[in-house]
Amino acid sequence: MFKLIVRRLLLGLATVGLVSLIIFGAVEALPGDACTAILQQDAQGQRLANCRAELGLDRPAWSRYGQWVGGVLRGDLGVSTHGAQPIAGIVGARLQNSLLLGGCALALGLPLAFGLGIAAALQRDRWLDVTVSSGAIAAMTIPEFVSATVLILVFSAWLGWLPGIVTVSADAPWTRFFPEILLPAVVLAMVMTAHILRTVRSSMIEVLDGEFVRMATLKGVPHAPRVLRHVLPNALLPAINVVALTIAWLLGGVVVIETVFNYPGLGRLTVTAISERDLAVVQTVALIVSALYVAINLAADLLTLVANPRLRTAVTRAS
Amino acid sequence: MTGPGKTSAHWRQVLRDVVARPSGAVGLALVLLHLALAASSPWLATHDYKAVSTTLMLLPPGSDHWFGTDHLGRDVFTRTLLGGREALLVTLVATPVAVLWGGLLGIYLGLVGGRLDDVLMRVVDALLSLPWILKMLLLIVTFGTGMAVLIPTLAFFYGVPVIRIARAAAHNVVARDFVLAARARGHGRLAIIRRELLPNVLDALMVEGAMRWSWMLLAFSSLSFLGFGVSPPTPDWGLMVADARSYLPIAPWAGLFPIVALSSLIIGINLAADALAKAVGVDRAQKAPI
Repeated sequence: MFKLIVRRLLLGLATVGLVSLIIFGAVEALPGDACTAILQQDAQGQRLANCRAELGLDRPAWSRYGQWVGGVLRGDLGVSTHGAQPIAGIVGARLQNSLLLGGCALALGLPLAFGLGIAAALQRDRWLDVTVSSGAIAAMTIPEFVSATVLILVFSAWLGWLPGIVTVSADAPWTRFFPEILLPAVVLAMVMTAHILRTVRSSMIEVLDGEFVRMATLKGVPHAPRVLRHVLPNALLPAINVVALTIAWLLGGVVVIETVFNYPGLGRLTVTAISERDLAVVQTVALIVSALYVAINLAADLLTLVANPRLRTAVTRAS
Repeated sequence: MTGPGKTSAHWRQVLRDVVARPSGAVGLALVLLHLALAASSPWLATHDYKAVSTTLMLLPPGSDHWFGTDHLGRDVFTRTLLGGREALLVTLVATPVAVLWGGLLGIYLGLVGGRLDDVLMRVVDALLSLPWILKMLLLIVTFGTGMAVLIPTLAFFYGVPVIRIARAAAHNVVARDFVLAARARGHGRLAIIRRELLPNVLDALMVEGAMRWSWMLLAFSSLSFLGFGVSPPTPDWGLMVADARSYLPIAPWAGLFPIVALSSLIIGINLAADALAKAVGVDRAQKAPI
């Protein structure tokens, strides 16, 4: 068990290390650098050389990679190439905002996802299940900018209940984001709910068809305790991993929603940093997002292991 | 499910099964309708898609402009009709490429295993841990938008998760007796992949391909919406919604018609993919978009 956890941790670290190499390598391999982006048409001759010397871009790639990784390990994220501000400050505020938005979406979506998923499975193939399942397909397949636009049209433009655009600055205290944060959180929650509830439903159905559940029925265990004590604990385990994937997606992949609502989170920072070729910021965001992704998935794996003793021996034997 | 190559009878059976399900029939009909419209739209268009007019701005739907006009006075009906062509063309080329390279590499890794498998799967993990938009924007900002960049970029990044699916599907087959028998007969890896593995993994890959197609459309229209996809004045649904956003309260039609068009196509693909998954018996419940 202990060996297994250490193994998973090392694998996770290896993945993050690989991401840092890939992202650094990709940025290196792409034509142009921060200096050509800053100087634009003037990027030639002495000026280009001076700029590169100033930003340290004239040193070989491996030495810059080493310096970057060393800095990150010491907690020094470096300085943004464009604004000449420390990256930790810029990214920190955005990360907080993204966590806030993700947290709101989870608070809305998780209870809904589990409630609807369980209900749909118990009412399998009846009208409730059909409605919930087709609603889920619609919610997870329609592009986020479409559902966001429709919600803004209805709740902001027509009904006037909620503001459609976030006008709060990136470093404002979190309480200032209400009520503006509600519409983007609802759009996120919709997509998230759809993914999780589909998993909950299919895993519930699988367990409901299981032999031990039939056994419980035959033994005369009434419906409610049968569902609560026999089915739920077994059915909700597989959902942990999907919830983890969804949280990781919430943190990194919500560029579109942040853009539609003008929300100052990590996603929009990514787009501006890429457009302005602020590569130092791009590398940092990529590293943070991938580390979060790995950490959350690792946590889900460990949680599954703790909750399900059978897996422990199975995995140890296999590895 | 054994033997080299799936017969056409197998696929006819799958198609009958898909059509027999209500979701499959509706989905397939929607997809075919969209393909037919995209192919014939240049002849169906009632106006010039790029004709700008200062006197006809934001007209509501009427007898001349069936879907109204947008903020530049362009005909929304014409632009909605033409708005899916670019997206369909790009994704219809990129999807098969993605499934092919991801699928073949995944099957190969599932068969050989070992050091190569360990290393490449770590790379796959690393690539999957980055948000899709970050990966794609890096390439698009550097190399420009255009189809010549979008097709290879989509085909590459959407092939990466296919590796995992194909590898897992191949793992299930590799341990079976008929593969062992093929090995014992002295067949080479290529022959085993072609005759034993591919036919058994094909069903999973078909479902994966259908799903990838809808996610690629999602990615493409999102990129267009963000201003990194199709360049104006070419009509595109994502771009049309982005343009129409500021005028939504006074002219909702400029945004709603492209929204209906895009949504119906994507829902159609998903309904068909769902029916296909059930017809061939592949579970597609636990997937998150990459």
